[in-house]
Amino acid sequence: MSRGNQRPDREFAQTARRGGASGRSGASESSALWRDRLHSYVQHHGDNCAEALRRLGRTPLQSLMTAMVIAIALALPAALYVAVLNLQQLGGSVQTNSQVTIFLRGDAQAPAIEPLLTRLRGMPGVEAVTYLSPDEALREFQALSGFGDALNLLDENPLPPVVLITPGESLRVDFAAAERWVQGIAADPLVDDIQLDMKWLQRLHSVLDIGRRLAFALGVVLSLGVLLVVGNTIRLAIESRRDEIVVVKLVGGTNAYVRRPFLYTGLWYGASGGVLAWLLVAGGLWWLAEPAARLAALYQSQFALQGLGASGFVALPALGALLGLVGAWLAVSRHAASIDAE
Amino acid sequence: MILFDGVSKRYPQGHEALNGVSFELAAGELAFLTGHSGAGKSTLLKLIMLMERPTRGQVLINGKNLNRLHASQIPYYRRRVGVVFQNHQLLFDRSVYDNVALPLLVSGYNARDIGRRVRASLDKVGLLTKEKQNPITLSGGEQQRVGIARAVVHKPRILLADEPTGNLDPALSAEIMQLFKDFHEVGVTVLIASHDLDLIARMGKRVLTLQSGSMAQGETSVSG
Repeated sequence: MSRGNQRPDREFAQTARRGGASGRSGASESSALWRDRLHSYVQHHGDNCAEALRRLGRTPLQSLMTAMVIAIALALPAALYVAVLNLQQLGGSVQTNSQVTIFLRGDAQAPAIEPLLTRLRGMPGVEAVTYLSPDEALREFQALSGFGDALNLLDENPLPPVVLITPGESLRVDFAAAERWVQGIAADPLVDDIQLDMKWLQRLHSVLDIGRRLAFALGVVLSLGVLLVVGNTIRLAIESRRDEIVVVKLVGGTNAYVRRPFLYTGLWYGASGGVLAWLLVAGGLWWLAEPAARLAALYQSQFALQGLGASGFVALPALGALLGLVGAWLAVSRHAASIDAE
Repeated sequence: MILFDGVSKRYPQGHEALNGVSFELAAGELAFLTGHSGAGKSTLLKLIMLMERPTRGQVLINGKNLNRLHASQIPYYRRRVGVVFQNHQLLFDRSVYDNVALPLLVSGYNARDIGRRVRASLDKVGLLTKEKQNPITLSGGEQQRVGIARAVVHKPRILLADEPTGNLDPALSAEIMQLFKDFHEVGVTVLIASHDLDLIARMGKRVLTLQSGSMAQGETSVSG
């Protein structure tokens, strides 16, 4: 067997000798062979990569449809993810305005309230404490509510003393800590009731949690879909090139050599699907940007729709390419490996 | 060069294609393999190409036992054997040149070497002027010659042919056989499966005859 092996090698060596300076050592000859092999390996990859793209270009409509299926499968979870991101941003901007209102007992006297205020100011996670006496509360109510005249009919001020607290970052983010903090204050004998307008934020937070998980689950399921779509497309491509595979294997093509063009086809399908998915999401956001800005203006909010950004432009095609590659790999290892000369 | 030692091949369906076949082919020898269709000629060639594995017995090529060759080594083994088929197995989606270049591409030869070898090979079979054509535009005899050019382009030590003249008229068949004889004369071991007994007789070479899976006794050997 070794003699048979030497023949082409000797040919290579002769070529190397002819091409280079005379008197080369055996080592440099064999390294020329090694360089030849490496060079042709790299070139084969390049050729396959370009050829796979050309093949897709030969059936543009069919290729576009496959890429579009992949694009939709990738765009759905990506769009959901973007929606969650935007809601989170919205929640964050509202959270900064959130306040805790502590209603004190109506019979609480000013000297007793003062130490409570000091205690509240000293608590970790409290940013600002504002005290509103019943008189101040009444004035504010008269000024803002328009029921001033009605209040004049009452014998005495029905409003209790109120403490307004702006919670700090730590309490706004950690709802469990906020809950414990509220319970600690509620235990004070002076405190009648606590209103926490963070309740709905907690709900939003939970909804966002569900949304994130949903996006992830949808992503996993639809990624599986992409694998199947690419796998099936590649399976058909393998069938249509069956003769070629048989001949390549007969003349000594390795399984890797046979696999390569199909892997590149899968890669291109996935990557182009990813680019299209990014365009779909970006197009959707562009379509929503104007009404979203109008809505934000109505609420005097700084909110602006957040997109996938540059990292998304890299991540979606990269994810698509990876899925395409894996899908193609599954199809090729299942189908191409079993094709042999008959 | 080629040694069969008690080789049997039973297909999963139960059909016994070969039954205890033993023979030896020396390096540089040219021999014909004959027998009626279904006698096991193709199976025997497939065993040498490792397209099939024997059920019993062993095949030794250049002293190496093919049974011990792992599946991952098969491609590298096949690169040292040339095969010609009756249906020539050419690819009609590429030129004659690209068809002949395929074994070299697969083995990782560089582009300059490929050009030189492909042209030398096409020149040998007299088709140098048709390298740019699609093989579908060629005649049956020319297509078969392209198949031969592809089988020898990587200068294999062993050349196998399965009914290479099956579809050709006698004049073309003789031409093809002369090509095989030329390769034999430069030291290639050639084994040709054929049922064209007249042609085989005219060649005056060793003949191995298969009869329903067994090697017939008293193989004819006519010195040419």
